[in-house]
Amino acid sequence: MRPTATLKTTLCTLAAVLSLATLPTQAQDWIRAGTDTGARIRIAAADFKPTNGDPGQLAQMKQVFDTTLSTDLGNAGIFDLVSKSMQPNVMPGSPQEINLTQWATLPTNASMVAFGSVGLEGGSLVIRGWLFDAKNTQTAQVLGKQYTDTPTVESARIIAHKFADEIILRLGAGVPGIAESHVYFVHAQHGTKEIWEMDYDGQNAHPLTHLGQISLSPRISPDGSRLAFTTLDNHGWTIRMYSLLLGRLVAYANMSGTNMSPAWAPDGNQLAFSSSATGDPEIWVSDNSGGGRRRVTNSRGPDTSPVWNPRSGAQIAWISGRSGLPQLYIMDADGTNISRLTDGGYATSPSWSPNGQFIAFAWNRKYGPGAPGGTDIYVMEIASRRWIQLTHDIGVCDFPTWSPDGRHITFQASPDGRDLHGELWTMLADGTDRKKITSGGGNTMPNWSWH
Amino acid sequence: MKFASHLARTRVMALTAAAIVAVLASGCHKNSKPNYTAPEGAGTANTAPTAVITADPQTINVGQSVVINWRTTNATSATIDGIGSVNLNGTQTVSPTQSVVFHLVAKGDGGATAEASAKVTVLVPEAPNVPNGSDLTDDRVFYANVADVFFDYDSYEVRPDGKSAIDKTAAFLNAHPTVKVVIGGYCDDRGSAEYNLALGENRANAAKNALVSAGVAASRLRVISYGKEKQFCSEETDACWQQNRRAQFTPDK
Repeated sequence: MRPTATLKTTLCTLAAVLSLATLPTQAQDWIRAGTDTGARIRIAAADFKPTNGDPGQLAQMKQVFDTTLSTDLGNAGIFDLVSKSMQPNVMPGSPQEINLTQWATLPTNASMVAFGSVGLEGGSLVIRGWLFDAKNTQTAQVLGKQYTDTPTVESARIIAHKFADEIILRLGAGVPGIAESHVYFVHAQHGTKEIWEMDYDGQNAHPLTHLGQISLSPRISPDGSRLAFTTLDNHGWTIRMYSLLLGRLVAYANMSGTNMSPAWAPDGNQLAFSSSATGDPEIWVSDNSGGGRRRVTNSRGPDTSPVWNPRSGAQIAWISGRSGLPQLYIMDADGTNISRLTDGGYATSPSWSPNGQFIAFAWNRKYGPGAPGGTDIYVMEIASRRWIQLTHDIGVCDFPTWSPDGRHITFQASPDGRDLHGELWTMLADGTDRKKITSGGGNTMPNWSWH
Repeated sequence: MKFASHLARTRVMALTAAAIVAVLASGCHKNSKPNYTAPEGAGTANTAPTAVITADPQTINVGQSVVINWRTTNATSATIDGIGSVNLNGTQTVSPTQSVVFHLVAKGDGGATAEASAKVTVLVPEAPNVPNGSDLTDDRVFYANVADVFFDYDSYEVRPDGKSAIDKTAAFLNAHPTVKVVIGGYCDDRGSAEYNLALGENRANAAKNALVSAGVAASRLRVISYGKEKQFCSEETDACWQQNRRAQFTPDK
């Protein structure tokens, strides 16, 4: 199962079939799970021009907009983003004000340039943005957008995400961007663990629950309206359902025993979860209010952490200790066709890629008393059982979660494995461009929204 | 669960309370002051034997020692029930495992006898005269009579030492049929949080099933997995990891 020199050939074949490509400069044991098929597009994001309105009031909104737009384009994984120091020292506020030659020639050498204006008009924040093809002066305009919202920093941030996603959609092979997506996670503080929400880039983090208990395993519904998680109270672990529309808990009927690790089917109508109602943790499926329950697994030992194939909704991957140390398995959603994917070690926390082809998971291949093995994030291609290691030497990694576009993976890492020292990281799905997006500790179990 | 989250503190408090109760009990135990009986009888009144026996302390926890001290006069032989023939005056250290009355009989010439007794109350294996309720005494008795079940790494099989813990716990629960129990399943802080919740569930259920096999009604036993969410200790050592891999019993109130 270990990657060999033949994997590169195989992955090149995969690239054609699955829109995958190996990184030209990386060793053969890296894959790219996104839709990037070659050279990255060199793009420049000009600082937007402040127009009407009090400059003092506008300054912070403009700063947040410029920073967010640049960050989003840089994070997208499909661009070669021109650094600000390489840009011409101008702020074109409209198509009439831009001199494309300035942007198309060295050292900027941009293929695409995003520019526009930020202003206050009639008490509203108005942002106009354009995307021009710098090397096609005849019909340069690719995109022109105008956004109007309340004049707040938060509005400026949201507009930047929307504009970035428009650009990424146009230039990224039609795959929607992730700049407007959210990550749900567990934040530990004062002996409790609450469910938090933040923007995909780690900004705007805030608590959703205030239960004063220990809540784990947040899982956002496919339509983004509900969050399932599990909470410990005096009666044990029960699955809770939080409505983001109502801002409060809504009904979900639990069985006895430990009920944990909920997972949404892609149609939003079913949940898979682990319950010990029979005295042994098994995988069950219910409707989204806890009714219509059926047991899917029947094997002594821990069975937990189910996740649906988000593309077909017909398969479930999960973790089972039926043969000893926890291993990664898949089965049909009715419990048939069980297949073990990992060949040993300690495998946990699967996340199924949006295109259905890959499972990311945490794996310690040399787990055992006294064994020096580390726990890292791996991705396995299900059809071939080939796997690659994405993280190295950043501590104990766990709970990977795929971005909606399948180009990114966010996960938790802790230097010593303790939750209190946990932070969330994000990286491209081939393991590159890795960066930490939280600080302060106690951040674990990320779950990326579906859109 | 306050018991789980303050486990260490609860245990310390229980032990401290036990010690205080023991001291108070030994100071207040009027009924077991040494008896002195000098039979008035015919014959050799001047040579009638006397007997005195004391125990210090008069109340102990199981495993602790008590000093028995006895004195006789005008006696030719002396016996203490449970010990046998003893010197006419003596001291002996004993560690009774249950409450006992040390009964001294001193025999003098002519068949005259004197008797004395000292009662030692041993707190633990029995919980005499304590109704099931929710006071500190109950918790102290509970924790003294149940034993955590420890597990090997990534295992939920009850080991031989765990079977001893189960036997001790089952004996107490079978003797106190109204006591209900929460069985908490715990894991060390290595491994993944979700998987450890399931593993802790299996550990607690293994302890539950063993108690049921030993005659405890399943309806008295409630299982909660704490996974790695409630660590007993936090050192990265084998000893600490072992402490954290356990099924623990607390009163279900």
